[in-house]
Amino acid sequence: MENRPLEYDYTVAKMFMLTTILTGIVGMLIGVILAFELAFPGINTILGDGLAEYTNFSRLRPLHTDAVIFGFTLSGVFATWYYVGQRVLKVSMAESGFLMFIGKLHFTLYVVGVIAVIVSLLAGVTTSKEYAEFEWPIDIAIVVVWVLWGMSIFGLIGIRREKSLYISVWYYIATFLGIAMLYLFNNMEIPTMLAASPAGETGFGAWYHSVSMYSGTNDALVQWWYGHNAVAFGFTVPIVAMIYYFLPKESGQAIYSYKLSLLSFWGLMFVYLWAGGHHLLFSTVPDWVQTMGSIFSVVLILPSWGSAINMLLTMKGEWQQVAASPLIKFMVLASTFYMFSTLEGPIQAIKSVNAIAHFTDWIVGHVHDGVLGWVGFMIMAALFHMAPRVFKRELYSKSLMATQFWIQTLGVVLYFTSMWIAGITQGMMWRAHDEFGNLAYSFIDTVTVLHPYYTIRGVGGLLYLVGFLMFAYNIYKTMTSGRRVEENELQSASPMGA
Amino acid sequence: MFHWLEKHPFFFAVGVFLAIAFAGLVEILPNFAQASRPVIGTAPYSTLELAGRQVYIKNSCNACHSQLIRPFKSETDRYGHYSLSGEYAYDRPFLWGSKRTGPDLMRVGNYRTTDWHENHMKDPTGVVPGSIMPAYNWMFTNNADINTAYAEQLTVAQFFSVPYNKPVPMKDGSTKIVKMGASVAEANADALAEAKVIAADMKDQNIKDAIARGEIPEIVAIIAYLNSLK
Repeated sequence: MENRPLEYDYTVAKMFMLTTILTGIVGMLIGVILAFELAFPGINTILGDGLAEYTNFSRLRPLHTDAVIFGFTLSGVFATWYYVGQRVLKVSMAESGFLMFIGKLHFTLYVVGVIAVIVSLLAGVTTSKEYAEFEWPIDIAIVVVWVLWGMSIFGLIGIRREKSLYISVWYYIATFLGIAMLYLFNNMEIPTMLAASPAGETGFGAWYHSVSMYSGTNDALVQWWYGHNAVAFGFTVPIVAMIYYFLPKESGQAIYSYKLSLLSFWGLMFVYLWAGGHHLLFSTVPDWVQTMGSIFSVVLILPSWGSAINMLLTMKGEWQQVAASPLIKFMVLASTFYMFSTLEGPIQAIKSVNAIAHFTDWIVGHVHDGVLGWVGFMIMAALFHMAPRVFKRELYSKSLMATQFWIQTLGVVLYFTSMWIAGITQGMMWRAHDEFGNLAYSFIDTVTVLHPYYTIRGVGGLLYLVGFLMFAYNIYKTMTSGRRVEENELQSASPMGA
Repeated sequence: MFHWLEKHPFFFAVGVFLAIAFAGLVEILPNFAQASRPVIGTAPYSTLELAGRQVYIKNSCNACHSQLIRPFKSETDRYGHYSLSGEYAYDRPFLWGSKRTGPDLMRVGNYRTTDWHENHMKDPTGVVPGSIMPAYNWMFTNNADINTAYAEQLTVAQFFSVPYNKPVPMKDGSTKIVKMGASVAEANADALAEAKVIAADMKDQNIKDAIARGEIPEIVAIIAYLNSLK
């Protein structure tokens, strides 16, 4: 190994950092609008009756979930890959013109795909399947983007100097394979443009429309096998990849246990896919599938907590860093929220709990303590760690980071506590009977009771968005006016201005 | 073994793929054929109903309304008989939803009427005080896409043998034939004939005028679909 460190090329990483921030702002802003639409329905027509179709809750809802999943999170995954990949494989993108071309093409087509998704969802072009709403032309574009990313991963691995793949690379490979398999099978559809009438007419109707290969119960089973595991391989696996790299780097501590990381990785790979059935408890899918989904969800605590505990123990004896560095705070709280969320999920997957929780806001709360607390915090921490190294500048403001941390933490807490109460209240009211065995509440009673919780949730979401804007500002100022730093200041803890 | 795998990316990737593909094979395949068989009394959607279903999807109604009645007393009291797998045989995609911000709609055709939907879609709080559902006024001006619905009918009939123009057994022992037109013009004419029956129960003069001109507003199609949910 040379004494001089390699000059890594972060061109593509920087591009994806930009889309992480932009799609993050868009996705979270839409989320806040949706939250307040539920609390104050008048906001549905905030831009007037003429545009109501495009500001309406139901039209915006898939845009929120997809902007956060395929915009913010996926951009963050790509940004960190183009940063982490080079460093742990000890090879620079600049060494291969081909891989650099692939990386830039990957980014360009990704941006085209994001724009196509925004336009089509606003127009109401959707297949209705959650997180797989895109019609077949966009599906094909997404497959191309994904294959390009795969070429980048395996291309970089192919020219690596470090022969052993670091833990983070395992997780990036798993992300690539998992999403590829799930996405392909869940989006099997037949374009209706192929139809020919008995009279011989062809080419009528919307050219982009398609019909699912699966019907009813099968469609639901495939969809939630996908839906649950899109969470697994989008919100868990690549985020674990990030924390395995960034926490040891930032803290200067070695990973606590290699064996624990092995157990967690292979355990997660094997167990996660089984758990999709917990989205379909008491539905018309076979009972044994439901039971398997329920049981494996509980088993899933083991590999999930394995990773999270491995992270917390990595900080063993170094807890003063948590107090001293807001960047470490983000990562430690992220792994804490990961533990919290992966305990809450299995509890909701127990049949008797699910009978109350399913279809309520408790599920929405669960998603958000995972995504805001774990995914969001970890991606922002990763970008905070990357910024000084990518721009060769000091992080603009430590105090702004600390303020952001507390504002967002408060936001997350308000979000999930209000949704717990809302969900359990509504679940209990739906099933309540009076002394004569009649339903105790009409449906609307169970809606109006939620108003205060919807309002609190909206405030929580708004606080998180405000924190995210502070994050964007901090990164922008780092890029433009942070103090220039030398390589020797970038060994472990990131340099931060006041 | 793990150390070896970590130095051999190809075999590592194969190992990961086997670990993650296993569960899907075991859970999804065994019941696949059985789960897609219709129960007696389940008929395919007519052209207008299918166009209405597309309006339902276009506006993501499934973001707030489920179509899945779980086998609990509280649910069967509120919504009717619990859902059976075969009732969904012609649902592509399924529309179970994952969140009940509003009530379940699996059997809404049993207890709501055309005029109720008309009033409710225009002004939800006027019908259900306290409702947080927004109005869907654009459904009264946008026209439904009958051609795409017809293309979908042809596609499912060809690829999945959905029994259009064939007798389908009903619960009372009779049979029902759901018609699919032989041409685009015939499909549009059939849909318009069905739309006229719906519009006759509606108050909005603009809708009646549109139908008289041979147009089918989205609201008429979606009401036809909602009325078919039983």
